[in-house]
Amino acid sequence: MLKFIAKRLGISLAILVLGSLLLYVLVINSGDPLQDLRESNDPNRENRIRQRIDNMGLDMPWYERYWDWLTGASKCLVGQCDLGTAINGQSVNALVATAAASTLRLVVLASLLAIVIGVTLGIITAIRQYSGFDYGVTLFAFIAFSLPVFWLGVLLKHYAAIEFNNWIVDADLSWPVILAVAVVLAFILQAALGGDLKRRLITFGAVAAGIAAILTYFDLVTWFRRPAIGIPVYVLGVVGAAVLVIMLTSGFHNHRVRNAVAATAGVALVGYIAVRGFLMTSATIPILLLCFVAAIGVAVAAGQLLGGFSRRQATLASVVTALLASVLAIADLLLSNWSGYLREQPRPIPTIGSATPNYESTFWMHSLDALTHLVLPTVTLMLISIASYTRYTRASMLDVLNQDYIRTARSKGISERKVITRHALRNSLIPLATIVAFDFAGLIGGAVITETVFGWQGMGNLFRTGLAAVDPAPVMAFYLVTGTAAVTMNMLADIAYAILDPRIAR
Amino acid sequence: MTEPNNPAQLDQVHEADYELESMPDEVTTTDKSYSQGRLVLRRFLRHRGAMISLTFLILIALLAITSIGFGPIPGWWSKNHVDLYPIQEVGGAPTLTLWPFSIGEHPFGQSTIGKDYFALVMLGTQNSLAIAFTVGIAATIIGTLVGAAAGYFRGLAESFLMRVTDLFIIIPTLVLAAVLGRMAGNVGGIFALAGMLALVSWTGLARLVRGEVLSLREREFVAAARAVGTSPWRIIVRHILPNALGTIIVNATLLISAAILVETALSYLGFGVRPPNTSLGLLISENQNALSTRPWLFWWPGVFIVAVALCVNFIGDGLRDAFDPRQQMD
Repeated sequence: MLKFIAKRLGISLAILVLGSLLLYVLVINSGDPLQDLRESNDPNRENRIRQRIDNMGLDMPWYERYWDWLTGASKCLVGQCDLGTAINGQSVNALVATAAASTLRLVVLASLLAIVIGVTLGIITAIRQYSGFDYGVTLFAFIAFSLPVFWLGVLLKHYAAIEFNNWIVDADLSWPVILAVAVVLAFILQAALGGDLKRRLITFGAVAAGIAAILTYFDLVTWFRRPAIGIPVYVLGVVGAAVLVIMLTSGFHNHRVRNAVAATAGVALVGYIAVRGFLMTSATIPILLLCFVAAIGVAVAAGQLLGGFSRRQATLASVVTALLASVLAIADLLLSNWSGYLREQPRPIPTIGSATPNYESTFWMHSLDALTHLVLPTVTLMLISIASYTRYTRASMLDVLNQDYIRTARSKGISERKVITRHALRNSLIPLATIVAFDFAGLIGGAVITETVFGWQGMGNLFRTGLAAVDPAPVMAFYLVTGTAAVTMNMLADIAYAILDPRIAR
Repeated sequence: MTEPNNPAQLDQVHEADYELESMPDEVTTTDKSYSQGRLVLRRFLRHRGAMISLTFLILIALLAITSIGFGPIPGWWSKNHVDLYPIQEVGGAPTLTLWPFSIGEHPFGQSTIGKDYFALVMLGTQNSLAIAFTVGIAATIIGTLVGAAAGYFRGLAESFLMRVTDLFIIIPTLVLAAVLGRMAGNVGGIFALAGMLALVSWTGLARLVRGEVLSLREREFVAAARAVGTSPWRIIVRHILPNALGTIIVNATLLISAAILVETALSYLGFGVRPPNTSLGLLISENQNALSTRPWLFWWPGVFIVAVALCVNFIGDGLRDAFDPRQQMD
């Protein structure tokens, strides 16, 4: 396994260097960096031209410039990056520091969400092949494949953001809206869950009534302006997550997995209730990471200690439970701060930038600020990825479901849930591991567009302005950051590949 | 076109040559047998979504080409995309009304300075379609050749293909396309841009073709061809590629729809089609701030991009079902 990873890493690094050479040569040959000065009537023109030649090292042959960049960039390995100077004499290092964080946040979030949503939709559509839900999702995928990202972004900016900001002022839901939302959601859910007509009708009625009731309650207490999950709902949520995980992995009869998941959920609940107050006031990223690592650690320990001979499955199930509990905890903390945030930012969904400039506030306010800035770009960016993950998962799941061993499993009398979760799911995920790497590259390309639409000062912006000015330094900085991210993502995909299909690593 | 199962016809045959032994043979020869190609064509023609999309796409292309003409040939639309016209409606709003139907002076409205927006959108559609199809065809040829060489000869061609694929995981297609598009902008012309886009679009198809060829080259009919001394390229072109045609054609359509989106995205970023020429992406880019005041300037080009891309995608879906009905019926 280690050897396999090392080999892949070596190839990736070699490609990274080769790609940098290619990109560098292409960029410096894509135009004339002095063009705007040559055409200007500035009396100081000669001076400025000389200064720019100095800044960019234009008097050196291209291979020397590339070598300079490469040696500077390779110092990143020892933590002393030197990414050169941009066309206006600014150090690129300073530009990259802020830009990289916001872009990677966007791309990684969009990527993770797209995988989760896309794979889930793909599995459901494969199980319910040729149902209304399947056709609906297929149509959605086709539309998503055909939507230009920038067009959608501008539309979302104009309609979703501004409409939402107007609405949140008093957060009033009228009866028709409540009814419409309830009916639409219930319709989608009954289509996804399937069954015969009677079961569908029951699902539809129950879900519609439930959602209508919840929305009415939310409307009465203006929940959308001061939302909260609170400890009781959190407890319910974690218990629900644990039950779901057990149902999906082993079923309730396996007491080892059951106990491991229950232990994890219990520790997560007690732990979160104990530290909630502390996190509320003085959370930082390291502290949160520490809590997260602790939760995962507990989950692994529970799985290993209580798992017995189904140790692997127990560990997996409890890690997923811990993950869900952490997500719920973060959601709880963020939502509790929402009303405070609304007081400071009465129009919460911004359409420009990746953070409110000069915003001084607590950690959670800053997180909410970053998140509200992320919402629209993420939605814009991940739509195509969701569509492609849905299609690929569906195809590969259908492929697997037609295999002989699935028929064998069914003929043994195993329940359909087990056939899918234990026999089909893992095998159908194998081909996806390669898609992840390609899709991530696509997302980075998409981020260039999304950042332009939403006015982010991110890596995409660095690339775009750099290329427009025929300035290799920012373009290469973009390449270095996104290329490294792509190599890392590729690596994770390879590892996932090797875990899902042990034959690969041998 | 005789239906062998038609009883009336069978009777006729029976009456005519009652005692002829060759009769059943005659019946079987009139029995229509379909070649693989005709089967595919039939399945495609019966795919409702694909046929509607194909009709729609042809209509769009005809509209775009005949209305403003193609190159030096004039079209039936009286206005062009260069001249400024007196503003007709308030703010240059579209004069197109559906009921009662009339197209008026400027059906899609006028740009901020008074240009006829219909002519602009038609020119943009023409350019976007021309680029997309050029990219689709060129990239398909490159991808097929490289993929076939990689799959058949293995060795150098294969490792080249695999390394290029690795490269595209690290440098996103759009990024490389932007750099090349900027270079093409200096050369000028939409076909320079299309050529550059083709250079970055072929890798996916090449990988797929390689996969197909890898399994086809082990088949017995290839071994037979090799045994009688057929040259490698003849084996590839005459024996292997026809069997990979489904994959190639389906992915060619996907390449076209991807090319439309890449071209519009590049034009939006400023690295694609340059003014004074125009494309749908460039129109959106120029008018994105007009959404609240002059929404039609933003909507029309977008609607045309989505319509064209959606049509091409549905046609691709129809072709996939026609070539490979396996996933459809089970």
